[in-house]
Amino acid sequence: MNAHNTGRDVDNNTDPGAERNMDRGAARNNARDEHYVSDAPFDPHSVERLTADQEKYFFASRRQLMWWKFKRHKVAVTCGFILLALYTSTLISEFIAPYNLHSRDTHHIYAPPQGLHLFHRGQWVGPFVYGYDYRLNLDNLKREYIANPDKVQRLRFFCSGDAYRFWGRIDMDFHFVCPAEDGTLFLLGTDRLGRDMFSRVVYGARISLLIGLVGIAASLFLGLLLGGLAGYYGGWVDSGIQRLIEILRSFPELPLWMALSAILPVTWSPILVFFGITLILALLDWTGLARAVRSKLLALREEDYCAAARLLGARPKRIIARHLLPGFASHIIASATLSIPGMILGETALSFLGLGLRPPITSWGVLLNEAQNMNVVALYPWLILPVVPVIIIILAFNFFGDGLRDAADPYK
Amino acid sequence: MFRYVFKRLAVMLPTLVVISFIIFVIIQLPPGDYLETHIAELESQGESVDPEKIEFLRRQYGLDQPFAVQYVRWVGGFFHGDWGYSFEHDLPVREVIGDRLWLTILVSIATIIFTWIIAFPIGIYSATHQYSWGDYGLTLLGFIGLATPNFLLALVMLYLANIWFGTSIGGLMDPQYLDQPWSWGKVASVLEHLWIPVVVIGTAGTAGMIRRLRANLLDELEKQYVLTGKAKGLPPAKLLVKYPLRAALNFFIADIGSLLPSVISGAEIVAIVLSLPTTGPMLLSALQSQDMYLAGTFLLFLALLTVVGLLISDLLLAWLDPRIRLQGAAVQ
Repeated sequence: MNAHNTGRDVDNNTDPGAERNMDRGAARNNARDEHYVSDAPFDPHSVERLTADQEKYFFASRRQLMWWKFKRHKVAVTCGFILLALYTSTLISEFIAPYNLHSRDTHHIYAPPQGLHLFHRGQWVGPFVYGYDYRLNLDNLKREYIANPDKVQRLRFFCSGDAYRFWGRIDMDFHFVCPAEDGTLFLLGTDRLGRDMFSRVVYGARISLLIGLVGIAASLFLGLLLGGLAGYYGGWVDSGIQRLIEILRSFPELPLWMALSAILPVTWSPILVFFGITLILALLDWTGLARAVRSKLLALREEDYCAAARLLGARPKRIIARHLLPGFASHIIASATLSIPGMILGETALSFLGLGLRPPITSWGVLLNEAQNMNVVALYPWLILPVVPVIIIILAFNFFGDGLRDAADPYK
Repeated sequence: MFRYVFKRLAVMLPTLVVISFIIFVIIQLPPGDYLETHIAELESQGESVDPEKIEFLRRQYGLDQPFAVQYVRWVGGFFHGDWGYSFEHDLPVREVIGDRLWLTILVSIATIIFTWIIAFPIGIYSATHQYSWGDYGLTLLGFIGLATPNFLLALVMLYLANIWFGTSIGGLMDPQYLDQPWSWGKVASVLEHLWIPVVVIGTAGTAGMIRRLRANLLDELEKQYVLTGKAKGLPPAKLLVKYPLRAALNFFIADIGSLLPSVISGAEIVAIVLSLPTTGPMLLSALQSQDMYLAGTFLLFLALLTVVGLLISDLLLAWLDPRIRLQGAAVQ
């Protein structure tokens, strides 16, 4: 944008000056020449004619500008694609995961991750894993798995494996990848019941990612409502809500979350607990959004178009919804995106402590609940691997949100 | 200044009242009270309960009274040192808690100091070397620190500390000092164990602080007076230290406000993983067993810690920065 601007400015500044100099010179030389009037029609734009490119740029809509600005932020775009891929994967988790969420392999309890290989003794085989030989170490009663180089187990792709019910409706057994017949495929190892960690991480993404979205929806609702009221009415409504926000903000979040989730009755079904936890996360999260909404509203309601709407007799509801919201929707979306990671981390922490979601609902936090003590880190370090997707998703949301926030104000 | 302090205190009191009320509502919410569950549990194990004691406790803490009366009694108790009764431990809350509150304060303060020491030079470096490789690298590192759940970091650090330094696992002191009176040996042992929780709790806060400090200092560096200074030929180091850094220092104090709640949250969960003798583990078990007064005392204490922390940071700021003092407006 700057490049275009300065280019145009330079043209404007130099051209008229040059003309004037020339005119003066011409006037001195031909002082007695006749007065000359051009017949050509006057074109006010003759000085600053825009090229097609410039025209496209200067008359672009706000949305178009935001998109251009966002596209320039390469990291944010990449993170956007990562998020899109992860969220799409939750639609077809059953297809991606080689095993089911609850299928157990009692012969492979606490099996370490199997490495993926392509070449066997210098020969191309295609993706395969080495099968495990199992031995119980009688000295320390530790299960030992040794990869046997003779057991080459080639993976099968687009194959039929564990039967599942797609979206809980259609019976299917079609998978993207399956272990070899009578073989195993534990890319991230197995847990204490011999369940495949990779499949569980794939399924866990559903709940962990969903809780961010549902939570932010609830928090957005509260934030818009209360922030909107505070910003629009001002006065005692404003100061009351401001006080409330200050009080909630001075609470340390986690202990309060813990206390609230300890209230959820044990008798609730897992689905109810899921919504309860989401609501609890949202209850403390809306304050930031409400503040953003309020300050933007305070600025926007002084604008002329708002006064015009008021004078025409529009009701507050209409002014807020039709005139004010579109004005700062982009900012709100950006702040909402930036507060999703906090929710995902919150759920993970609560579930890790055993106060959050409960099995059979599986989220990344529930998976990490298995890795509660040092023995796990020392003996079965692969059980802490569900933290990797947590870190990825949080980084992705942070960078993506940063990009959105920069793009939200394209005129800056 | 006096006027400002007075005003600030006047704002704090209603906040505390509301906070204590919210906490009381939360600990009251689960249906039934602890005594009922406790009696049912004991009877199912075939043990007899002394009805007189139950009756005494019920009357003492007014569990049969209406809600408002219970609340007033609970809050009123704090003024004369009665923090309620822990049903689970069968002791007054005060005795159950013991040193825990002080150790929580110790861990929190140590974490904040650690955060400052790390964040200060890195933030300055990032701001003065904006968009350099160092800036990008440190920013990425900070982001990873922000994104890693600290309970997991705690587990891994604990494991590494045990392997590399042979520090005893968990706790804030060597086992032989537990329940001992304070001595130099005990202090040394505490200091030796303190660094793991401090580093673990500090990572997330440090990352956030670096980002905020960097943004703040960058704003300051773009101001006109810096340009003037540059134009009249001030050496770069002096130009940085004398003016913009001083302005950014205020922010350091003000930032306690956003740092403290996250430090205390982090301290709770890390304490549970590391089984530190602070409020964390006991709060968790109190919440799980509906030991309402114990949980309530902890929650109130943690909230109080934050509120008082904010008060101290506001007062320090007012003392440092005449603009705030004279305006009489609270920061945050």
